[in-house]
Amino acid sequence: MSPATRQQLVALISGLVFALGLGVAGMTNPHKVLNFLDLFGDWDPSLALVMGGAILVYAPIYRVLVRRDAPRFGDRFHWPTAKDVDARLVLGAVAFGVGWGLAGFCPGPALVAVTSGTLPVLTFFAALVAGMIAARLVMKTLDSRSARAD
Amino acid sequence: MITEFTPIQSTLGGLMIGLAAAAMLGLNGRIAGISGILGGFLDGSEGRGWRGMFVLGMLLGGLGLVLVSPESIPGAATDSLPLLAVAGLLVGFGTRIGGGCTSGHGVCGISRLSTRSLTATAIFMGAAMATVGLARHVVGGVG
Repeated sequence: MSPATRQQLVALISGLVFALGLGVAGMTNPHKVLNFLDLFGDWDPSLALVMGGAILVYAPIYRVLVRRDAPRFGDRFHWPTAKDVDARLVLGAVAFGVGWGLAGFCPGPALVAVTSGTLPVLTFFAALVAGMIAARLVMKTLDSRSARAD
Repeated sequence: MITEFTPIQSTLGGLMIGLAAAAMLGLNGRIAGISGILGGFLDGSEGRGWRGMFVLGMLLGGLGLVLVSPESIPGAATDSLPLLAVAGLLVGFGTRIGGGCTSGHGVCGISRLSTRSLTATAIFMGAAMATVGLARHVVGGVG
């Protein structure tokens, strides 16, 4: 099996387990997510345990892997390169938070929920895709402007 | 709609998510951020093959859930298509501009104690809680 094929198989299985985990955790039910975000209503703290459980597994494995030179099926680790808290990070997080609070869907659960095939979920997901494409165009424009300014 | 606190299922689901994300890092050397994987796939970034396979795996997982436990995928929390369209645009745009979502920043980034991810998670959690608070308790009747 070629390295690319191995990586694709890992991604397929990982995506499958990730989606099942979201479903088992209750995160594909937007009512549950909104009730976590609603501190002044019938608060459902479940989402905190989802993040906690995921970090409990991921953090120690990360600490082992960070000392290695390369992953099992790749030539290097693709660590995030940005280091600074900049305006894009802040504005993006605010926009994401408002959208998440309006619908109760973040990208992962929305993708999984597409399989329900209902018009409201498909509408949300189509808009999410459009928002991602718009973000790319905006960032491209800003980057080319700042490159010209340099 | 009131939902029950599900400590066991939610912790178990969280452990599965952590395991899946750790496999992506240890085997492929990639951060399992859904907005980054999906956005990179849409942009035609490098690694379109594995990105597409991850998205396919998530859809297959969703189909499995629909078959075995359809109540776990009840659809959207509102029938208002304009509201869902605005929300979807904000989530798609915001996660790409802000460099991540609940998985990339909230799980992988916090595990790495990344300042960017800790900041982003605090902001999007705060903004989401403020939005739900306003929508439910000030404006009323939403979600």
